[in-house]
Amino acid sequence: MDLAATILVDGLIYAGWLFIVSVGLTLVFGVLNILNIAHGSLYAIGAYAAASMVGAYFAWGGDAFPYGSYVAMIVAALLVALVLGPLLERGLLRFFYGRDEVLNVLVTYAVFLILEDVMKLIWGVNPYFVYEPYTLLGDVEMGPLFYVGYDFAVIAAAIIVGLAVWLSLNRTRMGKVVLAVIHDSEMSQTMGVNVQRIYLGAFMAGAFLAALGGALTAPMISVTPGLGVNVIIVAFAVVIIGGLGSIPGAAIGALMVGISRAASVHMLPEAELFIIYFVMAIVLLFRPEGLFAKTQARKI
Amino acid sequence: MTQAVLDVRDVQKSFGAVTAAKDINVSVPEGAVYSLIGTNGAGKTTFVNMVTGYIKPDSGVINFAGRNITGMGPRQITRLGIHRSFQIAQLCNELTVEENMVVAATIHKSARPSFWRNAHGAEARERALATLERFRIAEHRNRLIPELSGGVKKLLDIAMAIAGQTKVMLLDEPTSGVAADEKFPIMDLVIEALRAEGVTVIFVEHDMDIVTRYSDRVLAFYDGRIIADDAPEEVLSDPDVQRYVTGGAA
Amino acid sequence: MRTNLMLSAVGAFVLLAAGAVLLPDWAMFLCAMALAKGLVSLGIVGMMRGGLVSFGQGLYYCLGAYTATLVAGQLGVSDIFLLTLLSAGVCLVVGALFGPLLAGYRGIFFAMLSLALSMVLYGTLAKLTVLGGTDGLNIGAPTFFGWDPEGRALQTALYLYVAVLVVVAGTLMRIYFDSEQGLITLATRDNELRVEYLGASVRTVMSYNYVFGAVLGGIGGTIAALALGHVDPEFAFWTTSGEFVFVAILAGYLSVPAVFVAAIILEMVRSFSNLYFPNTWQLALGIFLLIVIVVLPNGLGSLVRRRKGDAT
Ligand SMILES: Nc1ncnc2c1ncn2[C@@H]1O[C@H](COP(=O)(O)OP(=O)(O)OP(=O)(O)O)[C@@H](O)[C@H]1O
Ligand SMILES: [Mg+2]
Repeated sequence: MDLAATILVDGLIYAGWLFIVSVGLTLVFGVLNILNIAHGSLYAIGAYAAASMVGAYFAWGGDAFPYGSYVAMIVAALLVALVLGPLLERGLLRFFYGRDEVLNVLVTYAVFLILEDVMKLIWGVNPYFVYEPYTLLGDVEMGPLFYVGYDFAVIAAAIIVGLAVWLSLNRTRMGKVVLAVIHDSEMSQTMGVNVQRIYLGAFMAGAFLAALGGALTAPMISVTPGLGVNVIIVAFAVVIIGGLGSIPGAAIGALMVGISRAASVHMLPEAELFIIYFVMAIVLLFRPEGLFAKTQARKI
Repeated sequence: MTQAVLDVRDVQKSFGAVTAAKDINVSVPEGAVYSLIGTNGAGKTTFVNMVTGYIKPDSGVINFAGRNITGMGPRQITRLGIHRSFQIAQLCNELTVEENMVVAATIHKSARPSFWRNAHGAEARERALATLERFRIAEHRNRLIPELSGGVKKLLDIAMAIAGQTKVMLLDEPTSGVAADEKFPIMDLVIEALRAEGVTVIFVEHDMDIVTRYSDRVLAFYDGRIIADDAPEEVLSDPDVQRYVTGGAA
Repeated sequence: MRTNLMLSAVGAFVLLAAGAVLLPDWAMFLCAMALAKGLVSLGIVGMMRGGLVSFGQGLYYCLGAYTATLVAGQLGVSDIFLLTLLSAGVCLVVGALFGPLLAGYRGIFFAMLSLALSMVLYGTLAKLTVLGGTDGLNIGAPTFFGWDPEGRALQTALYLYVAVLVVVAGTLMRIYFDSEQGLITLATRDNELRVEYLGASVRTVMSYNYVFGAVLGGIGGTIAALALGHVDPEFAFWTTSGEFVFVAILAGYLSVPAVFVAAIILEMVRSFSNLYFPNTWQLALGIFLLIVIVVLPNGLGSLVRRRKGDAT
């Protein structure tokens, strides 16, 4: 198999993961106008919750039907969203709506710091391993290379997430209202849309997607403190490339970053750690607000 | 015959499906006072925005004193001596009235403000105070912007725009948001000050009494076009203007 | 005149210098580090006055630190003044290069781009084995015009040196904040459109603030490297930059001394928490940050200095 194909496959796998971790971030920004650093914590909590859940599943006789561990992972992500979503949105973020963007980043940075330690208090500092779901799907042979089947499942999950988000935004009444709020929240408010409910719903959806990203990643890594730190910055980059608040933008951004990183790993390993930021800087140079940003001159 | 200081030729501008300027042709002689009238959304602010570089026309040419200024930005155009005020006063809300004025005076005075000289020094404050006094708002000098009435905000907005080297002044609704009994005093003050210095003035106005009293010539806008361009009495008695702009006094 | 400012500067120096006599070794090291980092945050405060927050000051902190380390290691320069000057110079050049480019961006985009630049440096250094990779490099003790102190004397000298830098930089920045250009920066934060329509270039305003931030970042990095005797790519990592922002927010943009007070508070909270509750210090920090944002939106500085009126 030639280099281009390898890069493409690796890139797609990474892009799938990137999309899952960043689509929730852009959704939350689109609706709440808050760039949520705590998205990284939700990701990490999702990973821990999934690790615990899957561990418990096998401890209680899940071996008889190992595929049930996938359900356990999704349930873990749902739980995180149901508990932390309302807690953060109703309990804190709603007091900061309409405030300065950068100030709001700092508010979520504070939440991020707090959750970092809360995780240590709950799960301790020792790593968790749950490899079962990762090996369950076997290997896939592509030419001379073997890929882990689970990696392709991540691509599939990304596609499902993307379709689900797209369908629920464009094909449901609720979704259309959300799109209207993303477009112009003041306008929607005057049109009698219950913005509060939309905000809560969007934040919970974002939290679920973050936690799902973490849950899906848990079997591939050792779950340790500090997991959320790098994820959030990478997700930021993807979302900024695509244009804040744009769902298609997140997909394109994920693909661009995924492929460029895979290319750099194979062709220019020195650049691996910063290629993402490099791509972002280049995009912003030509499109100062990202690829799919809605820019309009302020009326004066 | 005085020469046209501002010359707008065949200017067009649309925002998506909205045509905000269509076949705009205007020639303003030096020292004249023009007013722009028209219903909401007729394109008056768009005209001001294009002349002052906030938005670029889709096509057409804008000349100032024989120089093509189409496509220049607000800063360049301001530096040439075309100044403007805003429909909604553009002030610095976290600064006091006096500080706002100091900022304006400092920038007008020199293209290279000092990194060293104290902006709160006696000299800078005196200069600012003089202008505030001229516009009769000196008593508010230590107040923050959100505490001010609409009229004071408008006056400060205009005061900040006027500087020694103003050649053309565009006032976007100088009396909107101003109490009824303050409108004439404000216009007296502003137009007198500008006329005295020979500044060419273009102001946007909805009040026809003010239009007749202060302008030499009126441009009536409707749906992005200029439908009348004449002396105030002529324009106000024009049937099209009565129908589309003044609403037949309805 | 500026008599009040000069008196405050002398007062601040006397206060800091007293620390050289009174503080035990560990506390003096802690203060030196805090003051060095405070310099970096002071640069962020300068940008905050124009409405921009850089989440990537680690770039200059790291650049300054590595410049000093490399110059010391490769060229054998150990004079602290020369090292500081060289790092500041390098950061000035790099800042002047990126400044005008970044000055066109606002809000979150400025924050993210500055962060991206610092992460590019982080990624490069972490992979560059010639420069020690993720382990970083060591730097020897500095000399002061040929004087080569050791032990407590070295500590004291370094501490006094950073104290002088802090007082000089703080005074200069205060003069700048109160200057014509400084007031225009504040106006820009409020209403860019108005500033452009007065005929001033917002981009120029932002570029200057960025370059000042770069130089201060480089100086801070140099001192930190010398105090620690070691540099590594973490200097450019985003969490390092996050701390600088934390201090700037805690201090607010009204008062210069507040920046250094905030830096010392953070450093103290960190070392005590690390000692007594290593697993909850970020939690405390987060709650602290939230409280500051809610209770003191203009930072600690608003306790001693109000925006309205003029204290100099
Ligand atoms: N930046 C913009 N983006 C989109 N549409 C705009 C923009 N500026 C103006 N328009 C549209 O162009 C048309 C003309 O607007 P303009 O502001 O020039 O009207 P106006 O005559 O100043 O009205 P008013 O009396 O309400 O101030 C309007 O339909 C307006 O909605
Ligand atoms: Mg208008």
